[in-house]
Amino acid sequence: MSQRLGFGTVLCGSMLLLAVAFATGAISGAYAISLSQLWNVLASVGQGSAGNPSPEHLVFLNIRLPRLILGMAAGAGLGMAGTLMQGLFRNPLADPGLIGISSGAALAAGITIVLGAWLWPVLPRTLGSWTLVAMAFGGGFIVTLLIYGLSRSEGGTRMALMLLAGIAINALASAGLGLLSVMATDEQLRSLQFWLLGSLGGARWSAVLLVCAAVFLSCWAAASLASPLNAIALGEAQAALLGVDVERTKRRAVVITAVAVGAITATTGIIGFIGLIAPHWVRMLAGPDHRVVLPASALLGAVLVLAADTVARTVIAPAELPLGVLTAFIGVPVFLLMLRHFRGRI
Amino acid sequence: MTSAEHNRAPLLSCAEVEVRMGAKLLLANASVNLAPGRVTAILGPNGAGKSTLLSVLSGQREPTRGRVVLDGRPLADHGMAALALRRALMPQESAVAFDFTAQDIVALGRYPHRRAPARDEDDIIGRAMALTDVTALATRILNTLSGGEKARVHLARALAQLWHPRPDGATRWLLLDEPTAALDLAHQHSAMRLLRAWAAQGVGVVAVLHDLNLARRYADEVVVLGAAEGLRQGATAEVLQPELIEAVWGMPCQPVSSADGTLQYLFG
Repeated sequence: MSQRLGFGTVLCGSMLLLAVAFATGAISGAYAISLSQLWNVLASVGQGSAGNPSPEHLVFLNIRLPRLILGMAAGAGLGMAGTLMQGLFRNPLADPGLIGISSGAALAAGITIVLGAWLWPVLPRTLGSWTLVAMAFGGGFIVTLLIYGLSRSEGGTRMALMLLAGIAINALASAGLGLLSVMATDEQLRSLQFWLLGSLGGARWSAVLLVCAAVFLSCWAAASLASPLNAIALGEAQAALLGVDVERTKRRAVVITAVAVGAITATTGIIGFIGLIAPHWVRMLAGPDHRVVLPASALLGAVLVLAADTVARTVIAPAELPLGVLTAFIGVPVFLLMLRHFRGRI
Repeated sequence: MTSAEHNRAPLLSCAEVEVRMGAKLLLANASVNLAPGRVTAILGPNGAGKSTLLSVLSGQREPTRGRVVLDGRPLADHGMAALALRRALMPQESAVAFDFTAQDIVALGRYPHRRAPARDEDDIIGRAMALTDVTALATRILNTLSGGEKARVHLARALAQLWHPRPDGATRWLLLDEPTAALDLAHQHSAMRLLRAWAAQGVGVVAVLHDLNLARRYADEVVVLGAAEGLRQGATAEVLQPELIEAVWGMPCQPVSSADGTLQYLFG
């Protein structure tokens, strides 16, 4: 048997990693800020002295900080959503990106960008980004229900069915986005490109706060699902015999995932594999108890997105690598190793 | 009705229950009356509906027709959360997702009691594991255990779920779907003795069994499915006669007396 780390160790360790990732992200970038400068900026914010802001002050507060916070919120939301989906599907290979939830959200967002003005002539002007988020949420929600319905059999979900349904939905979404890209204007095309590759570059305070609110609410709601998800690991029938309201747990998990992934995808585009890797690594270290996997995956997801984004905006500075491309480079090898590990059960 | 008769009044029963799945008839016209404090074995050939009957009695499956009654109230009215405090079902086989340890799985038996934990909550898991001889497997990952070891872990989980008598005096029911099927000879008998001991404490024990000799030795009562004239229920020695066994299972059967005086059967 493997030696498992305690809950406290894992949570403290992930928080420490998050602090390191945050500090590293804060000082590195096209405009380098030294640690002492960062300290001065934070101190001046603390004192509320505006006066004559230095360049690092402006860079940090207007560009880097919203981006760091967006990265943390997105990573936390994706890590948490991945854990919920894996617990619900009783399947370590479920990931909001892999099974098509993110691309469903992206397709809905793409439809809104390209056809929104035509479909809802009045709405987009007034509700703007909210329409986009609502559509992305709806897209993610529908895909989650669809995948769950398709891959369920005999009280559980079949891994192969789920992954195949995910492939089909990802293919449909990319075809849909391809079609939209033909119809799109140049400006819309750039927006679409952004969805497909994922980026934290669009971090504006309004969007950041929206994602933070959605992720915070989702994580708060998800906390009560940890124990029921442990019981659901025994199978839905056994969980029901232990008094778990399985249907309600499922409904909640699906809605929470759709809210978090919808809000994140609407703001950052598709960032794949975080929801797959974070819970997997936590389980390897601390075992499968959802009471630790849920919070630790959220923390580790935040670390992973922050680290990937720091790399994305420094390696070819001042240009940027797309974030989704980087997470795929990390995620695909991990996924293939997992497939190898779980091959007997597919 | 005398008080002795009243005590033996059935508390868990089903009447004229029929279960269909699509066009397929899984269980037809089943009526049983179960009393606490005894071991009842559900017997019958493959596909006779034993597991279906058990799942109906556990409240896991709603019958298509007929009704199930516990303590004079329809089973469905009790609510699954309240039932989970007093009724456990050990599954025939149960695939567990993720790498939970044996101890984690037994601890899940305490899930229904998480809002009102017992004072000795932490002891219960260890003691339940000791009863089914899985203490040494505590930190092993369940999915790496053999079938028999897994079965003993799930039995320990069911026992942990029902560990203490209910404060309101409600009867506890332990339902088991082929608890001994994967066990070696010694563990089969120790598991059956364990079930007898729990029945002696007032728990209603209902087990689907395939081994007629185990049923003959340990069950107070049998329910036989698959006979031409329908379901048979009664005291083990009365119902489990060679004629019935031949009629239901199609196996010639010869009763012999074992060293301790219990009647056992030789087949073929």
